[in-house]
Amino acid sequence: MELLLEPLSYDFMVRAIITTALAAVVCAVLSCWLVLIGWSLMGDAVSHAVLPGVVLAYIVGAPFALGALVFALVAVTLIGVVRNTSRVKEDAAIGIVFSSLFALGLVLISVTPSQTDLNHIIFGNLLGVSIPDLIQVLVLGVVAFAILILKRRDLTLYAFDPTHAHAIGLSPRRLGALLLGLLALTSVVALQTVGVVLVVAMLIIPGATAYLLTDRFSRMLVIAPTISALCSVAGIYISYYLDTASGAMVVLTQGVVFGAVYLFSPRQGLIGTRLAKARRRKAAALAV
Amino acid sequence: MSTPAILVDNVTVHYGEVLALDAASLTLDPARICGLVGMNGSGKSTLFKAIMGMIKPDAGTVRINGQSPGRARREGGIGYVPQSEDVDWQFPLSVRDVVMMGRYGHQGFTRRASKADRAAVDEALDRVELGEYAGRQIGQLSGGQKKRAFVARGIAQGATTMLLDEPFAGVDKRSEATITRLLRELASDGCTILISTHDLHALPQLCDEAVLLMHRVLMHGPPEQVLQPENLAMAFGLDVLNRDLPDQDVHARKERTA
Repeated sequence: MELLLEPLSYDFMVRAIITTALAAVVCAVLSCWLVLIGWSLMGDAVSHAVLPGVVLAYIVGAPFALGALVFALVAVTLIGVVRNTSRVKEDAAIGIVFSSLFALGLVLISVTPSQTDLNHIIFGNLLGVSIPDLIQVLVLGVVAFAILILKRRDLTLYAFDPTHAHAIGLSPRRLGALLLGLLALTSVVALQTVGVVLVVAMLIIPGATAYLLTDRFSRMLVIAPTISALCSVAGIYISYYLDTASGAMVVLTQGVVFGAVYLFSPRQGLIGTRLAKARRRKAAALAV
Repeated sequence: MSTPAILVDNVTVHYGEVLALDAASLTLDPARICGLVGMNGSGKSTLFKAIMGMIKPDAGTVRINGQSPGRARREGGIGYVPQSEDVDWQFPLSVRDVVMMGRYGHQGFTRRASKADRAAVDEALDRVELGEYAGRQIGQLSGGQKKRAFVARGIAQGATTMLLDEPFAGVDKRSEATITRLLRELASDGCTILISTHDLHALPQLCDEAVLLMHRVLMHGPPEQVLQPENLAMAFGLDVLNRDLPDQDVHARKERTA
């Protein structure tokens, strides 16, 4: 008990835990759709490509989210243009666009005074979350979360069968755009905690983990954020006691949990399915 | 004369330089089942997309029950049963979840299911005899059951026009008969059904009429007439004449070109 309460006596730890848990939940919910549509690479791309937007927003004093949204849009448009108007395939187009935009962000950081603040965007600065940071994450996170949950059925339909969405008068294009916009927004939420480089982990791992545990999308939407939030809090505690990088520890914890689920999930896990097979074979042998 | 259920009038579609549909015209009366026959790349899927309004034709018009495709879609009149390859069968949804998606057009902002929606879904599931499988993940159905699940989605939707893309691919004979019976029932209730298929031998039992497509509508008439070898030869190439069973030849061709 003492072990759990001690870090909470520091305000910065409390803020870190709240921010991370919130970011983890929003990212995890979004990740359920990303892994099913096959947009993991897109998540990686958008979360990196928002960097120049965030830096420019910092320079002109605009909200980070605005800059991020603009550059997410720029990235997605550029990817589409390169893919559709040249012989370059989509994965290459994504790679070119996001790494170039990310590099642009790094260049902008290097020429902007007050570097310390901006470098935190890249690797996250979990323990240095200020009250205004916390409020921003809270507002953006709640907005993104609310839209995702209210529109979850449409988004799932879009992920599963966009043609049917079109056939019943919905616009798959608009739903896709909504999801990308939320991806940009969510990236901003997670920047603060784990940084640009590791956001993609929070956007993929929880959804993938939940996918291995259930056959119901509605359950994925509960399992993914729960696991993700628990991993984040656990990661922060571990980093507190082992004195390691906190954002990285959060991601590492999620990775380890995914590994465990991958091996031991009763229905999808490597070992779980082998055991079930062996049991069936044994039962069959006994029946004979 | 009544308004045609599907009217495709001189529709031309290009993909870049490639001509997919060349002034294709087709009129289908309500409550009829029409088989759309043609080889791969003959423009069958393009015609479907044009009817659903997913692509805007370069020329020509499409009307569903006298309405524009956009209007017909918003009124929920168009049901679509996708080809098996186009579906992610690992997707974590139950059969009931999929059928419920047919109701989304009738629901509010968050697509929360009402009592009426649930009743419509149950009824549709019973109708396709999948009631006992409602809780299964969709990938855990047999080939024929999968098709029926999507037909149930169209029924729950209340579609008056249904488009089926290759409904007999990967479906055994018994399921094929079940699906055929189901579609005939739907047609007798007034639903207009357009089916694209490679499976020529199923056509006479299933369809009231058939259309031979090769970028344009080569022929439209009773299935027996359309399936005459000399007519098929126009759509599939001449070697079809040398075989007794044209559909086998079509599949063989498909594999060779694939």
